[in-house]
Amino acid sequence: MSVLVYTETEDGKFKKAAFEVASYAKEVAGGDDVVAVSFNATDASELGQYGVSKVLNIQNDKLSKFNAEAYADALKQAAEKEGSKIVVVSQSANSKYLAPLLAVHLNAGYVSNVMAVPESTEPFTVKRSAFTNKAFNFTKITTDVKIVGLSQNAFGLKENQGDPTVEDFSPELKEGDFTVNVESVDKAKDKVTIADAEIVVSGGRGLKGPENWGMIEEMADILGAATACSKPVSDMGWRPHSEHVGQTGKPVASNLYIAVGISGAIQHLAGINAAKTKVVINNDPEAPFFKAADYGVVGDAFEIVPKLNEKLKEFKAKNA
Amino acid sequence: MKILVCISHVPDTTSKINFTDGDSKFDTNGVNFVINPNDEFGLTRAMWFKEKQGASVDVVNVGGAETEPTLRKALAIGADNAIRVDTPATDGFQVAKQLAKVAKEGEYDLIIAGRESIDYNGGMVPGMLAALLDANFINTCISLEIEGDKATAIREIDGGKETLTASLPLVIGGQKGLVEESDLKIPNMRGIMQARKKPLNVVAAEEVSTRTEAAKFEKPAPKGAVKLVDPENLDELIDLLHNEAKAI
Repeated sequence: MSVLVYTETEDGKFKKAAFEVASYAKEVAGGDDVVAVSFNATDASELGQYGVSKVLNIQNDKLSKFNAEAYADALKQAAEKEGSKIVVVSQSANSKYLAPLLAVHLNAGYVSNVMAVPESTEPFTVKRSAFTNKAFNFTKITTDVKIVGLSQNAFGLKENQGDPTVEDFSPELKEGDFTVNVESVDKAKDKVTIADAEIVVSGGRGLKGPENWGMIEEMADILGAATACSKPVSDMGWRPHSEHVGQTGKPVASNLYIAVGISGAIQHLAGINAAKTKVVINNDPEAPFFKAADYGVVGDAFEIVPKLNEKLKEFKAKNA
Repeated sequence: MKILVCISHVPDTTSKINFTDGDSKFDTNGVNFVINPNDEFGLTRAMWFKEKQGASVDVVNVGGAETEPTLRKALAIGADNAIRVDTPATDGFQVAKQLAKVAKEGEYDLIIAGRESIDYNGGMVPGMLAALLDANFINTCISLEIEGDKATAIREIDGGKETLTASLPLVIGGQKGLVEESDLKIPNMRGIMQARKKPLNVVAAEEVSTRTEAAKFEKPAPKGAVKLVDPENLDELIDLLHNEAKAI
């Protein structure tokens, strides 16, 4: 019995989430094999570093852009070919898109937002987050085939050097797999996304206007972080929609979240609760964010952030 | 065009999250329930199709009689008919199965559900529903236009967005962006009065076996107090982030 993982790529390169699901699957598999499915990966053998023993690498130009239905169909065929009873996916936008389709096609039970390795395998019980990170729920999967959606950064990377076999895999795709078509993609190149980031630097209304985002972007540059913003900021058009984090925006599960000039409305906090360490910089000591944060600085962001950036640069230079 | 909007009945964001029965059930005591925010954006977009393109809009919920005020609110916002599938919602697959039956019988062209509910955050009902219906599916949808039987949608992806086209029938996993928050409708008195007379059909549930079971709940450990750092001593912050939190 093998554990199957969907290892995501972008322009042929594996995303961090791919290595994380592989690391997790290796732990879940115990002595069994981890089989990865990759789409148009340039170097599929890279997965060997994280415990994958076999890669089914699909090379197909029709799959150069993500297509939920076609990818789900390919994963279904891979799971059936390998007789996999457990399939692990990440919780990226693409994985969340295809997992429910795959669950129906495989007659599998699917659990999303999984936080850790299974509590028990008989019955198969996993801990997941619910109520927008205000609670955890232990959920049993009662079907023969099980799909686990692993929350980003919940398990981390675990090296497990191996020498995987890489096999070409050509699933039979149907016309019906290509009925939703991507016309165009609008994505900033060479920018860390909120989903992939270890660190997220976020700005709020306290920054007074879009022209003041330079220092936020500078901090993100120094730290290799993604930039994000609060809801009012995206509503006012200061920053793009895709940067809005919070209950109705993107969830944050990074290791570090730095909030500048964000008061911490309950809807905002709901979206960033899963970040491991939270820092708030705000001139209002009564801002609700201070109750949710681990570290806080009370003061004027326009004075603190440039100073902090200088110090972070020094720190990075010393600890490079 | 016939539109079905799936409505989840959820505790509002400010609710205290507690559990009863040995931490196995959500404690609804004193909790105010609302239309799931992600569904509300979809419902408002459906109202736009009704006003501008003459669409009909039905709303559906899977749940007990206690969810009816939430359906009435959707009617007051402007939906034409409401359907309640009379069974508690137990897991994503069971809900998707019940919705698929309603969707098939109603022969809807467009089905809009929220990308996830804000209580269980499963994020699977729209996709499962699409797969069960063999309909096209677009998730995390932030813009939707329909021309004849062709839909053009924008989907939020990690770090950006993409534009997609698909033909109807189509299932949407919707969210903010389908309409803006300022476009959300608060039911007015006339709407509320009319909603009382609109049909709310209770239909019997199908026998469906679930695939997952929510067992015990647990609350996160209480967080310690924030450590305040003097703005004149930012080296301390860097030290804490590096040595204590191991975050940089």
